[in-house]
Amino acid sequence: MSTTPLRLKELSKKDELLTGGHRLCAGCGAPIAVRQVLLAAEMPVIASNATGCLEVSTTIYPYSAWKIPWIHTAFENAAATISGVEAMYRSLKKQGKIKERIKFIAFGGDGGTYDIGFQSLSGAMERGHDIVYICYDNGAYMNTGIQRSSATPLGANTTTSPAGSVIPGKVQPRKNLTKIMAAHGIPYVAQTTPAHWRDLMTKVRKALDVDGPAFINVLASCNRGWRTPTDTTIADTKMAVETCFWPLYEYENGRLTINYKPKEKKPVTEFLKTQGRFKHLFSPENEGILERAQELVDREWEALLREESLYKSEEEKA
Amino acid sequence: MGKKLAVTGNQAVAEAMRQINPDVCAAYPITPSTEVMQRFASFVADGKVDTELVTVESEHSAMSACIGAAAAGGRVMTATSSQGLALMWEMLHIASGMRFPIVMPLVNRALSAPINIHGDHSDGMGSRDCGWIQLFSENGQEAYDNLIQAIRIAEHDDVRLPAMVCMDGFIISHSIESMEYLPDDVVRNFIGEFRPKNPLLDIENPVTYGPLVLPDFFMEFKRQQHEAMLNVKDVVLDVAREFEKISGRGYGLFEAYRLDDAELALVILNSAAGTAKDVIDEYREKGIKVGLLKPRLFRPFPYKEVAEALSSARVIGVLDRADSLGGFGPMYMEISSAMTTNGAKPLMINKIYGLGGRDFMPEHVVQVIDELKEIAETGNIRLQKDFLGVRE
Repeated sequence: MSTTPLRLKELSKKDELLTGGHRLCAGCGAPIAVRQVLLAAEMPVIASNATGCLEVSTTIYPYSAWKIPWIHTAFENAAATISGVEAMYRSLKKQGKIKERIKFIAFGGDGGTYDIGFQSLSGAMERGHDIVYICYDNGAYMNTGIQRSSATPLGANTTTSPAGSVIPGKVQPRKNLTKIMAAHGIPYVAQTTPAHWRDLMTKVRKALDVDGPAFINVLASCNRGWRTPTDTTIADTKMAVETCFWPLYEYENGRLTINYKPKEKKPVTEFLKTQGRFKHLFSPENEGILERAQELVDREWEALLREESLYKSEEEKA
Repeated sequence: MGKKLAVTGNQAVAEAMRQINPDVCAAYPITPSTEVMQRFASFVADGKVDTELVTVESEHSAMSACIGAAAAGGRVMTATSSQGLALMWEMLHIASGMRFPIVMPLVNRALSAPINIHGDHSDGMGSRDCGWIQLFSENGQEAYDNLIQAIRIAEHDDVRLPAMVCMDGFIISHSIESMEYLPDDVVRNFIGEFRPKNPLLDIENPVTYGPLVLPDFFMEFKRQQHEAMLNVKDVVLDVAREFEKISGRGYGLFEAYRLDDAELALVILNSAAGTAKDVIDEYREKGIKVGLLKPRLFRPFPYKEVAEALSSARVIGVLDRADSLGGFGPMYMEISSAMTTNGAKPLMINKIYGLGGRDFMPEHVVQVIDELKEIAETGNIRLQKDFLGVRE
């Protein structure tokens, strides 16, 4: 089977499998990511979807924006649900009742992935199902009205971590789920953004290509929660990468590759300052939080560079 | 006729599952149902079934994976007890709301707290309103027979609903009884091939499962589920008639034991009904007209048929192995509804017994029958709801 080259001209000829007419907000990062995922896939895919914005806004009965087989059951179990679909596929294939090659994708937001769906995700990955889990991480429970999740960055103002006169927004740093998934020892783990569409689609193809579980974490902005205009989604997610707040990297069979190293790493304030959720951090009394935010970014980025260099020096020895 | 063997309830259920040969099972261990999946895992490991066994990390994921597998298009089973069922609770509603004919043995066990691993019906009764068909079984033979019939009932075109088959934890699941298995080919012919409806795996015809349904359509979905439930009674009876042909064992919506002319009646589920039958025989020898109704189909509840079967009874003692704390036991509420809806006004009492596996002895049955007799003679009820075999 010929593979569509990752060029806009060729990709624009492919059918969109998440159609227009859904009710996601203008500027939402989630459908941009999903469309890129589905455009990247070169074989039939079946998706499960955790409860969340993407699910409620794309399937308001009797309408559906999905042109692929799709299932939503609940919030915390997109991974368990797709693992059941995949198990049935394997069973029927083994029994000779199905011939086609089909791949399986689960979509979940950060709440449904980092928090309530964490156990289900970890279990499905450990069991080795041939599935790709894609988290669209917008850093809070946006569907229920911007409540903090374990993906919410340090200092963010959300409705359950409000920037008050005593507590200045979320006091904890975000959980590094991509690294936790890498620690599962699964064949493929990556993080990317919809601003880096070729990177995202290349990663989706790699994830679909492996025989076994894969996880991709996609930073997808939410203009409601980030308090940004609806036309800066791409610029905002790009800045997350330029500041190394959200580095582009992947683990292929446990080996780390950093896919992009900014020539000049921008200060994290460049990412934070355009977003209303961090506005209060720029008051003089919250200077310490900005310093801490920069330290967190620096520490993660340096750790990634060190880890990558270990593999490189091993290669040199060999 | 099949083989006669001495086996435990769990063994019998696992054997039925081997014969059913589901396409996917997703399960998580919990006492006292663990042995079912343990035995089934050996069948998978030895290639005796085609099943993909998904050994999930929780019962919530077990039911989620079952739902995913059922949507994909195939026959799906799991088994659980107590806390496991409680953890599944959210997904039980989703399985029935999405109309997937998943079949699940439920080895009844008390719900915490306090933690207790022994048999009572608080788990099954707690899932009464989840939209599942519920069949109860007195012994291992009934659990085996019910499980095979449940496949046909759940998958019937007029039904397409999930079904749970209940048996008492330890009392039945771990006790060895003499029973009979049907030959494999007889079971396979009886259940037939699974017929998928709008499977997710049909990539040529993509379907959306589990959309957001707002107030404009939601009630129609629930109404349709209720209509499907109403179809269950006839299907249960049809399937039972066919099952009798292959097994020689007859089943109905309930078992009416010496009930025809009974003035005093007991209503008891599952294993305790067996104990009660022996005591009833003793009373019958003394000329006392007492009988027993042992419900088999609890959801949907056959109100009219139950009321008719109990129509000669002047006093009814309903025994519940689960309690709705602060209310009557769940079976009492059903019997009360059945009788009053049918215009009957028997005197009724409710006894809560056997919670957390507390022994239910013949003397408890004696105590209840004597009380029913006294109520019949005096017309007076001392306590509407009371506990049997409990310390004061």
